[in-house]
Amino acid sequence: MTAPLEYYIILSIMLFCIGIWGVLKSRNAIVIFMAIELMLNAVNLSLVAFASHIKRILSDLIQRMPAERIAELIESSTASGQVYVILVMTVAAAEAAVGLAIIISIHRMKDSVNVDDVNIMKW
Amino acid sequence: MIAFFALASMAVFGAVMVVTRKSPVASAAYLILVMCSLAGLFALLGAVFLAAFQIIVYAGAIMVLFLFVIMLLNLRKDEYGFDSRVVQKYLGFTFAALIMIQSLFIVGWAVLDNSLNTKSSVSADSTPPLDAGPQEEYLSAETVAETLFGKFAYPFEVTSVLLLAAILGAVVIARRKGVADQEESE
Repeated sequence: MTAPLEYYIILSIMLFCIGIWGVLKSRNAIVIFMAIELMLNAVNLSLVAFASHIKRILSDLIQRMPAERIAELIESSTASGQVYVILVMTVAAAEAAVGLAIIISIHRMKDSVNVDDVNIMKW
Repeated sequence: MIAFFALASMAVFGAVMVVTRKSPVASAAYLILVMCSLAGLFALLGAVFLAAFQIIVYAGAIMVLFLFVIMLLNLRKDEYGFDSRVVQKYLGFTFAALIMIQSLFIVGWAVLDNSLNTKSSVSADSTPPLDAGPQEEYLSAETVAETLFGKFAYPFEVTSVLLLAAILGAVVIARRKGVADQEESE
């Protein structure tokens, strides 16, 4: 017996909000980045959960469909949801690479990774 | 169900630890725990390909990048956890908790609404209720690949351009200023 969709959504919300907490609380730029990764992962979890429960989400639509098209629709919808997750992961990887490069650059310039020290964009 | 609760509690515990640890290395280690438990949850949902992808890309590549940067920066102990201002600490927690309560309320509302709706529609139509459970079968890597390279071929190509831009940007940003000048003078 697998867990229902609601449980996955609630877990996703919890992880996302812990990520928000981390971004707001910490002053260390690296920890802020890790919290952002956590938020991206929470969204990925909700995407996969919705994709796997697509039969229930589309139940109204499916009832008016010929039986042979239902399996096809469900499979393609589930695969689409998972492909979204792959794209999100790619964007997360690109974001981590650029962000960590910025952190290294800031550390070289200011000798600190405290985000309070980085105020050069302030007028 | 038991597997879900075990993995979910592991993920939440790891996430709280990521946020509360002082040392960034400990945070990164706990983040790996979160990634692995999320991979387990993906496998539970039937997305075995994504579970493997999650471990390889996140727990493997991205976390190694994080640890590499932490070690490269070689932070001193006093630079680990900067004491955030007390106001900021509590305000951040309150804000996150408020958002969480709000989203949970919305989900709870939707769940209640939905269960009432399905009950009424089933009794009205008297159609046999559709099997509402999740699919038992898992999606093969073949189907995911066919979708990625068929329906999503254009976004896939755009993603490759994004990665190229990220690589170039990372190299340009992280390059030491005046490396070329030093090499010339030497």
